[in-house]
Amino acid sequence: MALSDHFDVRLRTVSKSFGSVDALSSLSLELVRSEITVLLGPNGAGKTTAARVITGAIEPDTGDVEVFGVDPAGPDGEQVRRDCGVVSAKPSLYDRLSGLDNLRYAASLYGLGTGVEAEARIVEAAKQFEIDADLHHKVGGYSTGMKTRLALARAILHRPRLLLLDEPTSGLDPESSVAVLAMVREMTADDRTVLMCTHLLSEAEGLADQVIMLEGGRDLLNGDPQSLSQRFWPSPSIDITALHGPDLDRMALWPEILSYDRVEATAHVEISDDTSPADIILRLAGDGIRLDSIMPFRPSLEDLYFAVRAERRAPETGSDETPPVGESPKSGRGELDRSRPTARSAQ
Amino acid sequence: MSTTIRASSGLNWNRVMTIAKTDLKQLIQARDFWIPMMLLGSIFFIFVPATLLFTITNIGDVDVVERMSETLEVLPSSAQAQIQGKSAEGKTGYALAVFLLAPVVVIVPLTISTAVGASTIVGERERGTGEFLAHSPADVREIYMGKLIASLAPGYFTVVVGFTIYSLLVNLLVGPEVGGWFFPTQQWWIMIVWVLPPFLAICLSLVLRLSARVSSTAAAQQASGLVSLPLIMIAYSQSTGVLFGAGNMPIIVGGLAWVLAIISLSRGLRSVQRSRLLGVAATG
Repeated sequence: MALSDHFDVRLRTVSKSFGSVDALSSLSLELVRSEITVLLGPNGAGKTTAARVITGAIEPDTGDVEVFGVDPAGPDGEQVRRDCGVVSAKPSLYDRLSGLDNLRYAASLYGLGTGVEAEARIVEAAKQFEIDADLHHKVGGYSTGMKTRLALARAILHRPRLLLLDEPTSGLDPESSVAVLAMVREMTADDRTVLMCTHLLSEAEGLADQVIMLEGGRDLLNGDPQSLSQRFWPSPSIDITALHGPDLDRMALWPEILSYDRVEATAHVEISDDTSPADIILRLAGDGIRLDSIMPFRPSLEDLYFAVRAERRAPETGSDETPPVGESPKSGRGELDRSRPTARSAQ
Repeated sequence: MSTTIRASSGLNWNRVMTIAKTDLKQLIQARDFWIPMMLLGSIFFIFVPATLLFTITNIGDVDVVERMSETLEVLPSSAQAQIQGKSAEGKTGYALAVFLLAPVVVIVPLTISTAVGASTIVGERERGTGEFLAHSPADVREIYMGKLIASLAPGYFTVVVGFTIYSLLVNLLVGPEVGGWFFPTQQWWIMIVWVLPPFLAICLSLVLRLSARVSSTAAAQQASGLVSLPLIMIAYSQSTGVLFGAGNMPIIVGGLAWVLAIISLSRGLRSVQRSRLLGVAATG
């Protein structure tokens, strides 16, 4: 069965166990063509297994997998793998060979052959990832950053339609991570579909068209970051810091304030849609409260992640503090606030 | 783009050879592997035969030659009938070169190929490069065949080089005693070309299957030793029989070995799984 024009990858209720460990548990996901999807989740959430299932490297126990309309674990799996470029957490390079030999090996396996065209592609990919000057050195002598760049070059050598990046910044220093993420952004410029697995929320920020949060092999939620934020924080929010924090507590009684939560001198308030932040400031100033700063609250993926996890934990623990998805948390960021008070105070 | 060579079996031989060549390239870079193997080959093909043949043909120690001549009497009559030589030294040297030292040609390649083959698949997993192969378009049978060729080649290469040097040694040291260059004999050619390759293939098909299943290179080496030792003994005895035997015997032994090798290889083709390259099949 062919996929719709909209999706390149579709997993339906896919499960995979290794012994008694459920790596994937009835996971369903769809990767929209030419978009960047970020699989977020802690270690052991099933991100790597999901990527492996997509290329057919692992067969699921149950469920259906379609990539470009084909079952990757079936007899036509070669077609799928030809159109996939994979960068795994460990770069999977041959240390005893030179960078050039590693790229030539990939070129040959992916059907580019060994001719002039293959060599041209190798040079082009190496230049794109700024590894061309070191191609003749053995990979064993490369730094982790160089290995990652070589692995990225190898992944795009055959111009795949789907890129699977499994924690591509794993083991890199912050500077190299930033450089690699910039390269990942460049790689998506050619209308490629990208799946990036990471446990670092900061990496997904600003990169993801779609976010899928995994935990225990299940998807906690998925969607584009903006609409997900909208689901959890449907009303505008602001962080207000006063010279004397308790002065702000009167706001909790104002009808236009939907939720109020203060940590030290900073209050996080959610205001009704028909109220502007300027109205709140004017009223506070009118009450003689001396303000230090006012910041509109723009939830990050990290905020979203903790809010989702808090929501999931709430039914398990019987807590009624966190509302269901789509409703505004009564205490602003609720669980999140208590988990990261220092970050909030600093705002 | 290069032309794809795809046989009726569905294997893409371009990819098979690419995998084999890449493995061999890595092996060439691994001095810690090939230097000991080269020493092993040198001992069996050069040092031991050279010392023995030189002692018999040049030093002329009567006691040693007499004892060796007595030993020759235990050889089958068909073998004894083939022994050439004008003198006792010549006959002893001939028998030693053609019959008694011959089976070393089996031990060396089997040892080398087993050592390469044992780590070839599990090694990919241990180094993390199995992930690359598992996601690649290469069919698992192509990976298996590539690995098989890469394991077979060093062993057989050693035989070719070692055999050439051994032939030169034998002809230079024993040739003058038997009226000229005589080596390799017809039986030796049959053994090298017809009998040895299937035995290597049988051994490697088993070793590669082990390499695909075990969890570490060390375990693969241990298990391969257990598998290859009886095979080495069988190959040793069969090759001795080939050299001693007459008529069609060597052809029959080789033919049977080829049948077994083909069966074993076709079963081995199914032993590699993508998940095993990732190291997750055991519990899967």
